[in-house]
Amino acid sequence: MNQLNNFTKGFIKENPVFVLLLGMCPTLGTTTSAINGLGMGLATTFVLVMGNVVISMVKNIIPAKVRIPSYIVIVASFVTMVDLSMEGFLPSLHAQLGLFIPLIVVNCIVLGRAEAFASKNTVGSSFIDGLGMGLGFSFALTLLGAVREILGSGKVFGLALFPENYAMIIFVLAPGAFIALGYIIAIMNRLAKK
Amino acid sequence: MAKESTFKNMTITLLTITLISSASLGFVYSFTKDPIADAKNAKINNAISKVLPEFDNQPTSQKTEKQVDGGVIILYPATNNGQSVGMAIQTFTKNGFGGQIDLMVGFLPNGTIHAIEVIAHKETPGLGDKMESGKSNFNVQFKGQDPKNFKLAVTKDGGNVDAITASTISSRAYCDAVERAYNAFINEGGAQ
Repeated sequence: MNQLNNFTKGFIKENPVFVLLLGMCPTLGTTTSAINGLGMGLATTFVLVMGNVVISMVKNIIPAKVRIPSYIVIVASFVTMVDLSMEGFLPSLHAQLGLFIPLIVVNCIVLGRAEAFASKNTVGSSFIDGLGMGLGFSFALTLLGAVREILGSGKVFGLALFPENYAMIIFVLAPGAFIALGYIIAIMNRLAKK
Repeated sequence: MAKESTFKNMTITLLTITLISSASLGFVYSFTKDPIADAKNAKINNAISKVLPEFDNQPTSQKTEKQVDGGVIILYPATNNGQSVGMAIQTFTKNGFGGQIDLMVGFLPNGTIHAIEVIAHKETPGLGDKMESGKSNFNVQFKGQDPKNFKLAVTKDGGNVDAITASTISSRAYCDAVERAYNAFINEGGAQ
């Protein structure tokens, strides 16, 4: 497969959030601000890339019947590494994301890419695939986080755009996540149809 | 393609993978243990220095912990040149709208509140989170008040605290936590 195509498919054509609708739990739960969305996206990207690379390396020595438990152990190890590192070096972001970091283990995208792509392709392609999917996921989360932050608190990346009194609090709360995500998916589909 | 699964190779594969994972996690843990402890201490120290006047001792090394109402209250005495300048008390309440709220309350030696900082909470963004300093003037009203003649309850309940609009539950919980800190402070023999 063409590597460039392989890399860019995660952004638009097979975007995990807007097209595949995978990983909705962190998508809806952590995107109260653009920076939280970006942090969550990059943490997932690291796990996706490392998981994909290691799984494609060991795919030929793992017996077929125990491949899923093996993949989960590999993915869970990388998630724990991210969790510990973030707690030590980015404590405020870690406090904001909280439980959602350990929950990357059960994120459909991570295991989905491992099973659907890394277990059938070379290390190089798996690396590109993980990076593309991860950055596509980060892009989606940051966009959703930015929309919710602008509408909900009048800020983007912490910079005030307009006074908070004119903001709609609902967009920072759970229902706003569904509303904003729905509209973004509708717009993405409209653009993709053209 | 993947190998044929036999009992022997499945066991060996899983064992090897879990061994390698636990070894690498042990390595990462030993590497991040100190930064994590430092980050937690920095957060506590930061909160203490915000709620007390200037001090020159290490309150975290002189802390005492107390079991109260099914939780832990931590008292950090602060001194400057050997003179007590007050006490920071890490307190909690379980009555928040989103569960537990942790506060750091600074008392001067005469029993008045110097300042209050929120350490952790799960209140609603845009409503209950106005209790954080800097997000609204809610916490400013406690400054310089002596709980002896400043009733720590919202005005709706006959107290002296103006609640955050639309967040009476969070405001009540906040008062509850401060009250608990004050009681601990009095029990320690504060406010002579």
